[in-house]
Amino acid sequence: MTLWGLMLVSGVLTFAIRYSFIAAEGHYQPPPWFALLLPFVPVAALTALTAPELLLVGGALDVGAGNVRLWAGLIAIAVAAIWRSTLLTIGSGFLALFLLQRL
Amino acid sequence: MNPRAAFFTGLRAVMPLLLGVAPFGVIYGVVALQSGIPALAAMAMSTIVFAGSAQFLLAQLVGAGAPFLLAAGAVGLVNLRHALYSASVAPLLARLPRRWKVLLAYLLTDEAYAAAIPHLLADARGPQSSQAHWILFGSGVGLWSGWQVSTLAGVLIGARLPADMGLDFALPLTFIAIVVPMISTRALFAAAIAAGVAAVALAALPYKLGLFLGALAGLSVGAALGRKPA
Repeated sequence: MTLWGLMLVSGVLTFAIRYSFIAAEGHYQPPPWFALLLPFVPVAALTALTAPELLLVGGALDVGAGNVRLWAGLIAIAVAAIWRSTLLTIGSGFLALFLLQRL
Repeated sequence: MNPRAAFFTGLRAVMPLLLGVAPFGVIYGVVALQSGIPALAAMAMSTIVFAGSAQFLLAQLVGAGAPFLLAAGAVGLVNLRHALYSASVAPLLARLPRRWKVLLAYLLTDEAYAAAIPHLLADARGPQSSQAHWILFGSGVGLWSGWQVSTLAGVLIGARLPADMGLDFALPLTFIAIVVPMISTRALFAAAIAAGVAAVALAALPYKLGLFLGALAGLSVGAALGRKPA
């Protein structure tokens, strides 16, 4: 029974975090600096998710030629910057990964 | 955009992410069973908790016999970054009835938020009344369905899991496809660099706190630069 209790508490906690600001909207007056932060949430949060995936191998920084995910990712970044296409970015990243793994 | 078009915009946007999410779901199902969690509970966790990295952690903690409060606390810390997404979409959902807010909060994940955000920003700039909730609902439903199906696959066929095919690389690639075109100012560029450097530097912190603190570093740097005239 502890397992189900733990799942329930975890679920409620997760929901509470996701609901927090959505529920509070209109019921509180955020400080002025708060509104300045919000436009940066997508770029900051998603880069924080992505950078370790490219730069860390087994928990350690690896910027060597052997870190194929880093180089494939950099190619994808260049493709995304030039063509701004989701499919092209994902396609080129996978293609680069595939080719680099076989070098 | 009408509700139906908005829903399918969100649904389409999340599709590439499913390529990377599906292997995670399968692996979660396998790890949960190996931790001694019954198949039914492993499936139920995907609907009750519905948070990939937290579910992995829970499965491992249950397997290791961790104390109840520690396990619940760990889930809270791992999911802390979702508060940022909540704050980010809150102004767009302010006028909705509560049942919408509850539903969209339940569906608010890294992937669903990431897939929806470029379309949410475009929607907010548009002249028509906002369809932000339908966009988020579309990406949320897409991710939710993919997560449930892949978890089920892991629980059912886990033992015959194919070798690592590198499909999980779809996640960083899709995030790159979303983030890079959004970087239109110096402040946004600096925010990305700060967030990436901090997240890598703090990656050794437990409970994915490096991701949360990295994002906070990016927000702070971005806001500090964004305030100054360019």
